[in-house]
Amino acid sequence: MVDAVIRRSEVAVPARRRTGLRRTMQRKSTVAFLMALPLILLIGLFVLYPALYSLHLATLNKSMERFVGLNNFLFLFKRETFWMVVQQSCIFAITAVIFKALIGFIVAHFVHNVPAKGQRKWRGMLLVPWVIPPAMSTLAWLWLFDPSYSAFNWVLALFGVGPVPWTGDANWARFSVILVNVWIGAPFFMIMYLAALKSVPEQLYEAAAIDGANWWQRIWYVTLPMMRNIIAITALFSLIVTFANFDIVRILTAGGPIDRTHVFATWAFWLGIQGGDIPLGASVSLFMVPILAVAAIFILRDISKRGNEA
Amino acid sequence: MRKTKLTRRQFVGRTVAASAATLAAPFVRTAHAAGKLSLMLWDHWVPGANTASTELVNEWAAKEKVEVAIDYVTSQGNKNLLTIAAQAQARSGHDILAMPTWWPQDQVKNLEPVDDIMEPLIAQNGAVNDTVKYLGRADNHWIAVPATIGSQIKGPCSRIDLLKQHAGIDIQAMYPAGSPPKAETWTTETFFKAAEACHKAGFPFGIGLGQTTDSVDTAGAFFQAYGAELVNAKGDLTVKTDAVKEALDYCKRLAAFYPPDAPAWDDASNNKWLISGRGALIMNPPSAWAVARRDAPQVAEQCWTHGFPAGPKGRVAPFLPYFWGMWNFGKNKAAAKSLLVHLSQPAAIEKLVVASGGYDLPSFANLTTLKVWAEEGPPKGTLYHYPNPYNHQTLSIAAAPAPPKIAFQIYTQAIHTKMIVRHLQGEPMDKTLAWAESEVEGYLRT
Repeated sequence: MVDAVIRRSEVAVPARRRTGLRRTMQRKSTVAFLMALPLILLIGLFVLYPALYSLHLATLNKSMERFVGLNNFLFLFKRETFWMVVQQSCIFAITAVIFKALIGFIVAHFVHNVPAKGQRKWRGMLLVPWVIPPAMSTLAWLWLFDPSYSAFNWVLALFGVGPVPWTGDANWARFSVILVNVWIGAPFFMIMYLAALKSVPEQLYEAAAIDGANWWQRIWYVTLPMMRNIIAITALFSLIVTFANFDIVRILTAGGPIDRTHVFATWAFWLGIQGGDIPLGASVSLFMVPILAVAAIFILRDISKRGNEA
Repeated sequence: MRKTKLTRRQFVGRTVAASAATLAAPFVRTAHAAGKLSLMLWDHWVPGANTASTELVNEWAAKEKVEVAIDYVTSQGNKNLLTIAAQAQARSGHDILAMPTWWPQDQVKNLEPVDDIMEPLIAQNGAVNDTVKYLGRADNHWIAVPATIGSQIKGPCSRIDLLKQHAGIDIQAMYPAGSPPKAETWTTETFFKAAEACHKAGFPFGIGLGQTTDSVDTAGAFFQAYGAELVNAKGDLTVKTDAVKEALDYCKRLAAFYPPDAPAWDDASNNKWLISGRGALIMNPPSAWAVARRDAPQVAEQCWTHGFPAGPKGRVAPFLPYFWGMWNFGKNKAAAKSLLVHLSQPAAIEKLVVASGGYDLPSFANLTTLKVWAEEGPPKGTLYHYPNPYNHQTLSIAAAPAPPKIAFQIYTQAIHTKMIVRHLQGEPMDKTLAWAESEVEGYLRT
């Protein structure tokens, strides 16, 4: 008995050492981690590092020689333009997301009700605005809004309507920027809501029809409750992306006229790079974080609440 | 292991032989003996203009046996500004960079002083104008060399026929090619009446009220024509002064005759306005005329570039220099300085100006009467008065004479045009001035 024990332990020890590393490598979590490692490194390098560096920059003075703590933020709070930018960013993001969601919801219904043969074609065509690189499509919109060569104004002139200052008047400029953002972003909502629509069980609609529900009641009592989580998540995602939008505003109006279309990202660029005050630019862009964090907490809390109720 | 023992005799012998070889042998010039040099130059608007600078640089490189690399970086999308900012942060990059207007002042801590090349250049080529001194000097040192490439005067470019027909102004008689200007009647009041007349006739002056340099330069020049300063040379706030009120009032009245969406104009809008034939005057260097020559010859042959109108306190035109700056962390400063001297020689300058079709303006006094400006056309003489050959207008830049770091902010944030737009859209002047004062006060922080 003793011999057998000794022999087994003699054999067991080297075998354990050999399979230790191997076992680690064979575990699914290790493989998953290694596969995700390139992406983690990229995010660390291009997202995390700039964010932390930005935090550091925001605490420096204009010539980046002295540590000034939160003075940049205190300076910004006293600026009229800063609060205008906060207000404009919020109006821009909330308005654009509402319209994108609305249009996406309506168009998703239309596509859902198209006979199956033509659906793919329609889905493809309707996705085009979202798929074209935003800088390119925004440039096309810029030409459509051009003061001298606007195609819209040319058509309106045929009906005797005066030239519209699409980017020249503050309110028209805000409208134009929101319009382009909605045009580009609505397909994303459409495709998400289409997928969600397809996952609503058909029996619920049949039951509703039996109970005598009209189209509006079907939407209100069947569709919307089933899609609530998707709506909340897409709204949050789009809110964050729209809030941080740079390319559309930059190309269409560059923040003008008289700063009436500036959002955080464009104003940060204007102050930081064009104005040579990088710490102030960093402070402006960082101010998005608390606002978006509050929005994220409210929306996500709602989702988990509903999830718990279910 | 065997150890070779070096005797004292052998050591002395070898040292003497080595030093003799170094002293006696001529300076052995192999290819690239003087190292490498990299430049970042501005990608020119005028097609083909980059070739001239490439040739000049390569000619110097072949003579000096330096390996040179040139990058042409555009100012579209502020790519050149991003490059400068990134290199300053990284403390590495090109040896020489083309820096627009305000950027040498912004980067003064990272730039190598160039007094040793500027003094001889000024002695050779003539004095530089005050704007170049204002922007290119800090703490009594030259911090960059004024570049010919990209430097410009942003004065009026008018339609001869439209001004004559609708405003009764013969601009060619006022600014005749080959002779001094006869422009005593070319004042801000005449300009106002002409703007009104052309607006009524359906050919408004194409002056923008946006936030890009074309709009800001014009507004700044009108303010200076009234002696209006938002911040004076000492750095004091002087927003709520009579001069500023007068200037703002004039600009607001004038802006009523601008195109309705002038507040949204960028630097390309006025070019398009002229080339499309819709406008009687724009404020622009000859790039618009050069494109019209290609795309709308019937417009181009009616274009005439000339001086700014005179206001109560003087005739001021915007001069926008580019500079060539050297990083103080550069690796080959001696070669860089030698190249900058080469590019600032009269022959090199003339070659660059010709290649740009007369767009590029040298900053040195002796070089403002080159043949090219007299000969460019059609119409012949259209650019004769572009380089201000008779010094009949003061060259300045918007927001001068405020301390450059403050002026830079006023300029970039387009305070002048924003003031005009706010007042034009109905805001009472006091409120506009109060807003401007609070904004500019923020720029006084260090």
